[in-house]
Amino acid sequence: MAEADFFIFIAVATLTAATPLLLAALGELVSERSGVLNLGVEGMMLVGASTGFAVAAGSQSLALAVLAAIAAGAVLSLLFGFLTLTCMANQVATGLALTIFGTGVSAYIGSGYTGSALEVAGPAGIAYLSEIPVLGPLMFSLEPLTYFAFLMLAGVWWFLQRSRAGLTLRAVGDAPEAAHANGLNVLRVRYLAVMFGGAMAGAGGAFLSVFYTPVWVENMTAGRGWIAIALVVFAAWKPTRVLFGALLFGGVTIVQFQVQGINLGIPTQFLSMLPYAATIVVLVVISSDRIKIGLSTPASLGVPFRR
Amino acid sequence: MGEGPGQPRLKLRGIHKTYSALVANDRIDLDVMPSSIHAVLGENGAGKSTLMKIIYGVTEADAGTMFWNGAPQPHLSPARARQLGIGMVFQHFSLFPALTVLENILLFAPKGATREELRSTLKTVSAEYGIPVNPDDVVGRLGMGERQRVEIVRCLLQKPKLLILDEPTSVLTPQAAEDLFVMLRRLAANGCSILYISHKLHEVRELCHTATVLKAGRVVATVDPREESEDALARHMLGSMVPAIRHDAAHAGAERMSVLALSRDSEVAGGVGLDDVNLAVRCGEIFGIAGIAGNGQAELLEALSGEWVGAPAECVCLDGAPMGRAGVRARRRAGLVYVPEERLGRGSVPGMPLRRNSLLTTGFANFFRGGLIRQGPVDAFTRRCIEEFDVRPADGTANADALSGGNLQKFIVGRELLQSPKAVIAAQPTWGLDVGAARAIRQLLVDLREDGVAILVVSEDLDELFAICDQIAVLANGCLSEAKSASSTSVEEIGRLMSGRPVAGVGSPLQGGACADQA
Repeated sequence: MAEADFFIFIAVATLTAATPLLLAALGELVSERSGVLNLGVEGMMLVGASTGFAVAAGSQSLALAVLAAIAAGAVLSLLFGFLTLTCMANQVATGLALTIFGTGVSAYIGSGYTGSALEVAGPAGIAYLSEIPVLGPLMFSLEPLTYFAFLMLAGVWWFLQRSRAGLTLRAVGDAPEAAHANGLNVLRVRYLAVMFGGAMAGAGGAFLSVFYTPVWVENMTAGRGWIAIALVVFAAWKPTRVLFGALLFGGVTIVQFQVQGINLGIPTQFLSMLPYAATIVVLVVISSDRIKIGLSTPASLGVPFRR
Repeated sequence: MGEGPGQPRLKLRGIHKTYSALVANDRIDLDVMPSSIHAVLGENGAGKSTLMKIIYGVTEADAGTMFWNGAPQPHLSPARARQLGIGMVFQHFSLFPALTVLENILLFAPKGATREELRSTLKTVSAEYGIPVNPDDVVGRLGMGERQRVEIVRCLLQKPKLLILDEPTSVLTPQAAEDLFVMLRRLAANGCSILYISHKLHEVRELCHTATVLKAGRVVATVDPREESEDALARHMLGSMVPAIRHDAAHAGAERMSVLALSRDSEVAGGVGLDDVNLAVRCGEIFGIAGIAGNGQAELLEALSGEWVGAPAECVCLDGAPMGRAGVRARRRAGLVYVPEERLGRGSVPGMPLRRNSLLTTGFANFFRGGLIRQGPVDAFTRRCIEEFDVRPADGTANADALSGGNLQKFIVGRELLQSPKAVIAAQPTWGLDVGAARAIRQLLVDLREDGVAILVVSEDLDELFAICDQIAVLANGCLSEAKSASSTSVEEIGRLMSGRPVAGVGSPLQGGACADQA
């Protein structure tokens, strides 16, 4: 029984650790499918994290904290959208600048809270259902944002594959000139997609600072924003593969924590690196088919659209 | 506002459009009647495409008014144009390659249409007009002719009153073009007006009821093309006659460049590989490879130029020496020069002046000393190239992308020819050039042949191939047909081979299976 409990614990922890990546990567996926490459995910996550933490500390309301983080991410992405879509600035340079800017802003917002912790109870779980053996803890005792992330996964998949608006978004990312020539509003679609990306990055950041490790530390996203961007590319812009990458990252994170606990004499820095390295290596291997990747890449990715 | 019998469906008055210094449309008047197939004829750059974009609302005119069934249409957008009943089949940029046929159509269907409804409507319309399309094909994997069918069907679903086609046959085999004409005639008979943009005179004479001829942005004539000779139409279009190319009988010598059993996969998404390609080009001979781009042309050219070296060395020989593994530089040193299809970006560095572009493919010893460029000899070479090949502006400091396509091509061809090549590969050498420049380039190639150089020309333009080539083979679906002497074959035969159909003329276009032409 103890062994089963251990595996359930690992599985729940993996789902939890994968949540922020899943959120941020889904947002970036939608943005990239519309043809906009936003490298500012790390910055938007950080601003979401600090905003969420500050609001949670001030209001004691976790829901309000998450909403504030979502709004903060969206506002930051709107700035990115204005620069790259309206002013047609280079998306790569602007995205990098956004990350640097976001890092600074988050440090400023969080400056009063450094080292302080939130009083957060763990997930309450859903009454009765969470007591079902094995299935209960695995399915009904997770953080609300984890459910939200999976809901968004299904939502994004449905949106892209089944809805008309999603079709428009894919069309804009595939051939913006054709979309414009056929009367679609390219800039509006891209603005909305970029803001969705910002909102999701904000939510991912808030999950880290408010639920996952409810202590404010500068740079607490620790590169997850970058991994989210890598996930999108290696997942060939497919939502289901993003889930796979996020779970892989989460799983290796949790396992290396356990290994750190056992103390095998492996330097902790090496172990902390593992989730990042493992995710990249596995994704590179599964996405090495150049032709397949080439077909799924949004054709206009990173290219500004001029009317 | 009704559709009176004498009322033009579309009426343009004084349409004017300038792009900085260039006047693309100069006060154009145009009337299109119901049920009429109306040609807009003109050279590249005459302003045809701009005019069509204005009619469809993609581009806004600086001045002038468009009337639809007599009513002025001040603020036109593509969406509004579609509401009016205007459909457009674009030359470029209109389908979404990553989406399926059905999704492409769904994007522009009325709100609330479901996939299933559209699927059945699509079936009905494609049966009604005899246009076969499979709703679940990804557009990026279709051939150009099939893509065009998808575009046309997409327009037809909206029951257009006016259908605009921009150079529709530029991507079609002669047979596919015939099929298109049959369909357009049927449409016109049902009351739809058709605006047909082209620079191909024989097509316009065969298909159209009225022709408006544009030259340098102006309407120079409105005629009934069925009553006019091709020469007369050409005179309207060009203002002067274009002399024919001088082409004497070949005296081909020894085999210079050969390809033996070359097979390879494509390295790009959706590309076509090569399947057992064999060819031999002799000294003093022009060997033409016909076929629609995307049938292995890019892959063959890469293997010949040395950009791709994955084949066994014996697969590509130059003067009998195996070169299959040799890189671009080694092949150039052996006397092989290459004029690529993409003038900007491959044939030249767009943002650099000609005097720098001279260095791109030349390796003359006196151009360098101690690893540094000696500008004197390079400038002398550039000047010579500009003068001998009549490049305008005659200025070595002009950037490559500031030149017109024809002048840049003259410079690129000149740069290669001045290296006294033994063999030349030219891909789509006159693509997009006006008649004068195209003729100059073709004459250069023919003259070079007289000097005993082996020349391989890859082109989609059958008129060009028949004008200059001694041997013609067809590359379709990655297979190269047997070479025929140009005098013993015909445009019809080559056209059938291009569509991948056996010469008997049965089977489906582009899907006739690998190497149907050799069966």
